[in-house]
Amino acid sequence: MAGKPELLSRMAAGDGHGENSSYFDGWKAYDENPFDLHHNRGGVIQMGLAENQLSLDLIEEWSKAHPEASICTVEGASQFKRIANFQDYHGLPEFRQAMAQFMGQVRGWKATFDPDRVVMSGGATGAQETLAFCLANPGEAFLVPTPYYPGFDRDCCWRSGIKLLPIECHSSNDFRLTKEALVTAYERARSDGIIVKGILITNPSNPLGTTTDRATLAMLATFATEHRVHLICDEIYAGSVFAKPEFVSIAEVIEHDVPGADRDLIHIAYSLSKDFGLPGFRVGIVYSFNDAVVACARKMSSFGLVSSQTQHFLAKMLGDEEFMAMFLRESAARLAARNERFTAGLREVGIGCLRSNAGLFSWMDLRGMLRGGEKTAEAELELWRVIVRKVKLNVSPGTSFHCREPGWFRVCHANMDDETMEVALDRIRVFVRQHQRQQAKAQRWAAKGQLHLSLQRHAGIASQYHALSSPMAALLSPRSPLVHAAS
Amino acid sequence: MLNMLADEKPEPSLSEMARSAAHGEDSPYFAGWRAYDEDPYHPIVNPSGVIQMGLAENQVSFDLLEEYLREHQDCGGGFRQNIVFQDYHGLRSFRMAMASFMEQIRGGRARFDPDRIVLTAGATAANELLTFILANPGDALLVPTPYYPGFDRDLRWRTGVNIVPVICDSSTGFQVTAGALQAAYEEAAAAGMRVCGVLITNPSNPVGTTVERAVLEDILDFVARNSIHLISDEIYSGSVFALPDMVSVAELVDERGDDGMAGRVHIVYSLSKDLGIPGFRVGVVYSYNDAVVAAARRMSSFTRVSSQTQRTLAAVLSDTAFAARYIRANRDRLRERHDHVVAGLARAGVGCMRSNAGLFVWVDMREMLDEATVEGELRLWRRVMAETKLNVSPGSSCYCSEPGWFRVCFANMSLEILDVALRRMSCFMERWNSARQ
Repeated sequence: MAGKPELLSRMAAGDGHGENSSYFDGWKAYDENPFDLHHNRGGVIQMGLAENQLSLDLIEEWSKAHPEASICTVEGASQFKRIANFQDYHGLPEFRQAMAQFMGQVRGWKATFDPDRVVMSGGATGAQETLAFCLANPGEAFLVPTPYYPGFDRDCCWRSGIKLLPIECHSSNDFRLTKEALVTAYERARSDGIIVKGILITNPSNPLGTTTDRATLAMLATFATEHRVHLICDEIYAGSVFAKPEFVSIAEVIEHDVPGADRDLIHIAYSLSKDFGLPGFRVGIVYSFNDAVVACARKMSSFGLVSSQTQHFLAKMLGDEEFMAMFLRESAARLAARNERFTAGLREVGIGCLRSNAGLFSWMDLRGMLRGGEKTAEAELELWRVIVRKVKLNVSPGTSFHCREPGWFRVCHANMDDETMEVALDRIRVFVRQHQRQQAKAQRWAAKGQLHLSLQRHAGIASQYHALSSPMAALLSPRSPLVHAAS
Repeated sequence: MLNMLADEKPEPSLSEMARSAAHGEDSPYFAGWRAYDEDPYHPIVNPSGVIQMGLAENQVSFDLLEEYLREHQDCGGGFRQNIVFQDYHGLRSFRMAMASFMEQIRGGRARFDPDRIVLTAGATAANELLTFILANPGDALLVPTPYYPGFDRDLRWRTGVNIVPVICDSSTGFQVTAGALQAAYEEAAAAGMRVCGVLITNPSNPVGTTVERAVLEDILDFVARNSIHLISDEIYSGSVFALPDMVSVAELVDERGDDGMAGRVHIVYSLSKDLGIPGFRVGVVYSYNDAVVAAARRMSSFTRVSSQTQRTLAAVLSDTAFAARYIRANRDRLRERHDHVVAGLARAGVGCMRSNAGLFVWVDMREMLDEATVEGELRLWRRVMAETKLNVSPGSSCYCSEPGWFRVCFANMSLEILDVALRRMSCFMERWNSARQ
């Protein structure tokens, strides 16, 4: 039975779910033709999914070695009744305890966490939404540094009705958040008559893969306190930091650096989906230093509790300090190796990435490959379509992350095995070299036809621009991705 | 500079939603739970503690599930694929198992399409999700009284939607009448609210009866006439232990064929009651409307079922022989339990509404009220709580229009504890009756 849209609410009929964004188009291309190392080597490689699949073997081994952690085994069955029946939204005490302990461990014990402040949610997706519902009224806003995870538009805004307003960050300082940018965004909102209720940062950053430095966190805590706005820190990648500088959590900063910060304004969102590669388990955590927010978030957690079966399993695993220490160390080493291999592979063909020390992806700089040097969103999307359709890599265009500088792409590389990554790198290298050859060719042709060309905006790359729009373009190889991109 | 003077700091603001009481936890329904939490019964350690009879949970059949899981150990294949599986369509094998289970519960009288099943973390989330999808803030849902107190939170809190009660009373065995539906509709309209739908619970909580076929037909006709939606919360569908058999809206939709009605019908289900696994958070939104299924699936991103749990339960429920045995055994045990309670209460001189489903009885204490008002009922309730230390739920917390009814749960404890409760009730009634003489 087909459905008439007018039978549905405005919320359901609208596109606040965000799936019409280009971020998801690439996924569709992947779904239609997924790469498989053995059965479909010509398929689309999924590089748009930030998942950590490098250390799942460690978790599987632990699980096999600890049958008591599962209530479906002989060893664990005695717990079945208690666990299956447990629906208290406070969560299993041992789960909260283990989670609080783990959160401290991930932060190198530079901050400690109170189990009574650990509140569950339906993944980090649910955590962000819960905080939006608790902290802001419809029409009010959170400021968020760009580029940011596209899912926030859905998570923070769809059902809550709040707005996200950008704090512009630029490559000129490696996209670091500055006080000037924050103040500009804050004042623009106020002059537009929008009430700013909070600032939302992701630390470590998605898509940048960098950690926020201590001074910036201190600046944020101070700003929040002075302006009476909430500070929400999504620390979902806290356990995915693989190189210096070390991760600094907002929990540490309010403890040591800005002890006068108003703790009632500080909230952390966390999840096990990234650090552990357990997105299927739907473990989201809201950790707030504000008692009223803890109480409210806990009531709201009724809508997205973690399965008690999963809480029980994780209580055991997270509570195994020795295993956790080993896992964090090993996972970081594997992420570092993967990151190094990937960025080195790109360097071979002159492609740079933002220097990163965390996360499951690289922020790749393809500004030099934009058609005719056009630094526009359209040019970026054009290049992206070529990468998805011809190179068959589902990477994510920077514009889908609200990046103001076109030409950056997020490339996930922790969600595949080594061989697949080599295939992906190969494809990129082939594509880039081909592009460079076409550029060189176009330059030669343009140089020949120079007398007939008029002045250009971008003097340095004038020849390239002209090569495409002049009759000379017909002389370019029909297989050139640039020709396809232009049509 | 930071203002370090704590006394001068105004309270940092939270949203209106956070500050409102629409979460419903101030209701007597939950006050009783707190009394239990503070002084819980234990046969040895605290034999005079509060016995929890306000929690509709099914603990009579968990051993069947436990035994099955012990005998069918997880052989470990697919662990890694499972932990990364986060597709909001849900595991296909699990959806197929759920569809099959829902069909078996209804004796094969209705068909369920696995692709119309959307998974949510519990029925709590399923009801809220459907409300977000079908109603705009300020709209009204018509809900027959008495109803589950949690609906105040699930349907209204974050959605901004209103509940307008459809008043039912004992003269019809609390079955909905066309007149009551119409009256509620008009009341909503008079208050300037657009009615988006009717939400029924079938079998009923707190009454424990299945909705009669003729009543269901009336409700469907009403919904069609007014071009609104019908949500049928069938969370207790596997807890029907006596005739008449439950008639699900799914059966009526199948019978009516493609008459345009189907797009307005949506079913909520959960495994919390029938399988006694509320901790696992397994809820279902089942809709005959494609656009609703699509919207629900997207929205389920906020409230998905753990892949670990999906996998475990897919294995259990796709074993249709086991599922059939479980359904039968569960019904038999619930009937036994129910009959035991009804007989025990009758011996104590307390009557119940005749019921054929659910995990509770709807006890009639109207004659014991000092006055037939909510206040009178609450006075009686406080007295019962104080003297018997039984946490029963007053009908007014379920918005019952007739004071004097109480919901008493019987499946969430051992038979021994139930007998302790029945003895306490018996003593209370003895004292009550002798005081009357």
